[in-house]
Formats: sequence, C-alpha cells, structure tokens
Amino acid sequence: MEDILFYIFSAGILVSAFLVVASRNPVNGAMFLIVAFVGIAALFVLLESFFLAVIQVLVYAGAVVVLFLFVIMLLDVEGSEKIRPRVLSVVAGSLAFALMVLGVLALFASGLGGPEPDLPIQTAAALSRNFGYELFTKYMLAFQLIGFLLLAAMVGVIYISKGGQSTAPQSVKKGEEVAQ
Amino acid sequence: MNYLPVLIALIKAVLMVAVVVVIAAYAVLAERKIAGWIQGRYGPNRTAFPVIGYIPILGKMLTRLGVFQPVADGLKFIFKEDPIPGHVNLVYYFLAPCVAFIPAMTTMAVLPFGEMDGQPLVLANLDIGMLFLLAVSSLGVYGIILAGWSANSKYPFLGGIRGSAQMISYELAMGLSILPAFLWANAPGSETGMSLFNVVQSQDQLWMVIWQPLSALIFLVALFAETNRLPFDMPEAETELVAGYNTEYGSMKFGLFFVAEYTHIVIGSGVLTVLFLGGWNFFPGLPSPWPGGWVGGVLSTLWFLLKVFTVVFFFMWIRWTLPRFRYDQVMRLGWTVLLPLALANLVLNAIFIALFDNWFV
Repeated sequence: MEDILFYIFSAGILVSAFLVVASRNPVNGAMFLIVAFVGIAALFVLLESFFLAVIQVLVYAGAVVVLFLFVIMLLDVEGSEKIRPRVLSVVAGSLAFALMVLGVLALFASGLGGPEPDLPIQTAAALSRNFGYELFTKYMLAFQLIGFLLLAAMVGVIYISKGGQSTAPQSVKKGEEVAQ
Repeated sequence: MNYLPVLIALIKAVLMVAVVVVIAAYAVLAERKIAGWIQGRYGPNRTAFPVIGYIPILGKMLTRLGVFQPVADGLKFIFKEDPIPGHVNLVYYFLAPCVAFIPAMTTMAVLPFGEMDGQPLVLANLDIGMLFLLAVSSLGVYGIILAGWSANSKYPFLGGIRGSAQMISYELAMGLSILPAFLWANAPGSETGMSLFNVVQSQDQLWMVIWQPLSALIFLVALFAETNRLPFDMPEAETELVAGYNTEYGSMKFGLFFVAEYTHIVIGSGVLTVLFLGGWNFFPGLPSPWPGGWVGGVLSTLWFLLKVFTVVFFFMWIRWTLPRFRYDQVMRLGWTVLLPLALANLVLNAIFIALFDNWFV
C-alpha cells in the first residue's frame, strides 16, 4: 500500500516539476510548483515525519509560492507574455539531467546507493517536541549558521531594494510600461 | 484488510462536514438578521416552507425568524443560470472556487469540539494540530488569487492582489500570537506538542484569555483579516471593487466562495474558543460539571458550540458597527503594529516562563 502511494506521489512530483520548467505561462509554472510541494509533503507523511510535512505546506506552498504568484501577476498583468526557451538553456538543462541520471545509475551499479535499513529518524521527527529538542541541542550550530545565512540574505535584499546596486529602477520601469 | 474503521472514519467525516456546512448556512442567516436588527430592519422574514410553514403558530414564528431562508438560498445557488464571461481564463476560473472550498472543509479535521471520559471528540487528534490548521488554511488564499487573476478584469484583479498581500501579512502575526498559548499549555516534561486538545485541557482552571489578553487580541485581529471580514475585507470591499475577487462569478461557483468564507468564520471562531476561551470547560475556577459517557460528550459539545456562536455573533456585530480600513492602513497595522507586538509578546512570555520555572519548580 505504502509502496503504491510512494510511486503515485513520486510520479506526480516528477511530472509537475517538469511542467514547472516546461510551461510557457509563468502562472501555470507557479501552480505546478504548488502541486510539486504538496507532493513532497505527502512523501514526508509516508515517512511518518508529519512535522516536516506540515511545515513544507505551511512555508513553501502556503507562503513562498503566494509571493511568486503575487510578483508574476504584478509585473505581468496581461499574462499572455509567453516565455520562449533559448536553445542554449535547453541544451544545458538536458546535459545536467543526463549527468544526474548517469550519476544515480553509477551509484546503484557500484552497490553503494541501495536501499538503506530504517533509520531511527522517525523518533526524532515524528513528535514536534523531539524535533525541537534535537534542533536546539545536537544541531544547534548548523541551525544558527543557517539562521545567520538567511539574515545575511535578508539584509542583502533590503540593501538592493533600497537602491544600492539597484535592480529596483528596472521593475519600476516595467510597471510604468504596463501603466501606459 | 479491514474496511470497517475506514468506513466509520468516513461516516464521521461526512457528518462533521454536514454539520459545519449547516452551521455556516445559518451563519449567513444570522448575519442578515443581525444586520437587520442593528440597522432597524426586519431581515429575511418571508420565506415559508410548504408544510411546516402552515402549522398554526409555530410555522408563522419560524417563518418570521427566517429559519427557511438558507434552504431557499441554497436552491437559488443551484438553479440559477451559470454565466461564464467570455474573457476569463477558463481553467483557473473553474479551479478557483474549488481551491477556495477544499481547504475550508479540510481544516475542521483537527478541531476538537467536545470531550467524553477524558478523550477528545475530534476527527484527528494530531500532535501538530495547530500547525496543520495554519498550513491548510494558508492554502485558501489561492482561491482568492486565482479567482482575481482568471477573471481577467480590473476589479477582481485588484481584489485578488489585495487579498494575497493581506493574508500573507497577517499570517505571520497570527502564527506568532498563538505560540505563547502553547508555551503555557505545555508543562515541563509533557509530550503533547501543538495538540489542540491539550490546550483545552490545560485551561480547566483559568481560561487563556484571562492571563494572555494580548495574545488573544492579536489573534482576534489577525483572524478578522484572514477571514476577510470587515473592517479588513479588502479583497471584496463592495463600495470600491464591486464585489472584489468574485465579481465575475455567479450561481453555485459564487456559492462555493460564500460557503467557504462562512466556514472559515465558524472554524476560526472554534479555534479562538479552543485556544483562548477554554474550549468546553465550564467557567474559570469552576470544575466542568459534565458527567461521564455520551451525556457528558453531548453537553460539552453543546457548551463548546454556545461559545463558538457567541464568537460568530461578535464577528457579525463588528462587521455592522465598524467602518472599513483603508488598504494602506491595513498593511501598516499588520506590519508595524501587530507583528512587532506579537514578537515582543512571545519573547516576554518565554523569558517569564524561564524565570518562573527556575524559581518555583
């Protein structure tokens, strides 16, 4: 039963992730991104780590993609401006994909990447209390480093949008064109 | 494989959905009646049901109260013509009402509504119930965005954009305002996490609103914004945007948005009751008088529903009393007042709990 569900959700994730890249209309792309995120949350549920599943939906599907859609709709009011992929990016993408498939196949062939026995991760991730406890004791350093990285990114975004090495005038110009 | 537990769970879920949808339908009636009373009108008092309406005194009384009005409204939604404007993006135009409706129906799965012999009456008593509720209800915003965008005309688009910005902004303050309640509900060494049932059990002596009034206030304001109720009904704002994001919708598609909105209000009131108003606990300081067995279950559920209806009434009362905020005022209130206040509230409570634990435990 769980195996069947795993294959269904994985297939859903792969198809929608491909459509994120392939769809011409950016709104379609964002919608398929939501489907992919919810599918990943379903995989977390199959692993019995419900906390991660809920956080996945709450943060990525519930907040990040809303912002994506918000920006897409504000900048591209018509929604008809189709993106045409360049030949170079198609070639580069296919090459990267081929390399990744080769890498995975090589891993399996060498016998290193076979299915592992069950990890005790379930006990750590199943209860939110255990999750928090591990996060604030054993993995404290990694947690704080990531927090620092995110803070740096946030400061950078504020600096750029306030007009340091500004990309802001471009978006303003685009807005004016739309208004005209 | 044994199918009986699945079947029982399914029946319970269908019952719960049916009850909440009926409550939502009657919330619409309550809204119209309360609006009538506040504005010195009668509200709906004509719709009569064929047989029951002709019973001598009772029938007339029920008709005056408008009890049959939701039935008529529901039939009207189903049988009216379903216009589809030519300029819409068809896929998202059809998808949007469903996307608005499904999260509203899903959130009720984790909401406990009563207690029987120390066990919660709830569809799924999750360890992370509150997070599940926040996550699923945050998906509801896509209904508004897609409806506004797919309609391909100016007013719905403005409504959709406003709605998305507003809901993202107030989600933060809402999420932060409930954390102090969970900090207090989890005694040292307990394993309950963010279960909603545990929060209610911890309030058997004192309701959370009495010693966490600031958290309750922030949560209430954020709830008004998240359910798009006046004074924060920016996505609809009928005096500015016709009907906002659902301008181009008619018949049952509009009905789905409508039911979703009122379901959000009912569930939101339920969450407010669970977190801050003691759930089904009797009164602060008094032990719950509910007997064991199913009688206690029914009584505690009725007491819980009474509290929820009081909160729903408060929602309607506010709507017909306060004027609408301006859009920039809504944004400023969310980001510069509620969010810092909620953060400070959380940090102060954490410090206080740490000191409390060190000195007294």
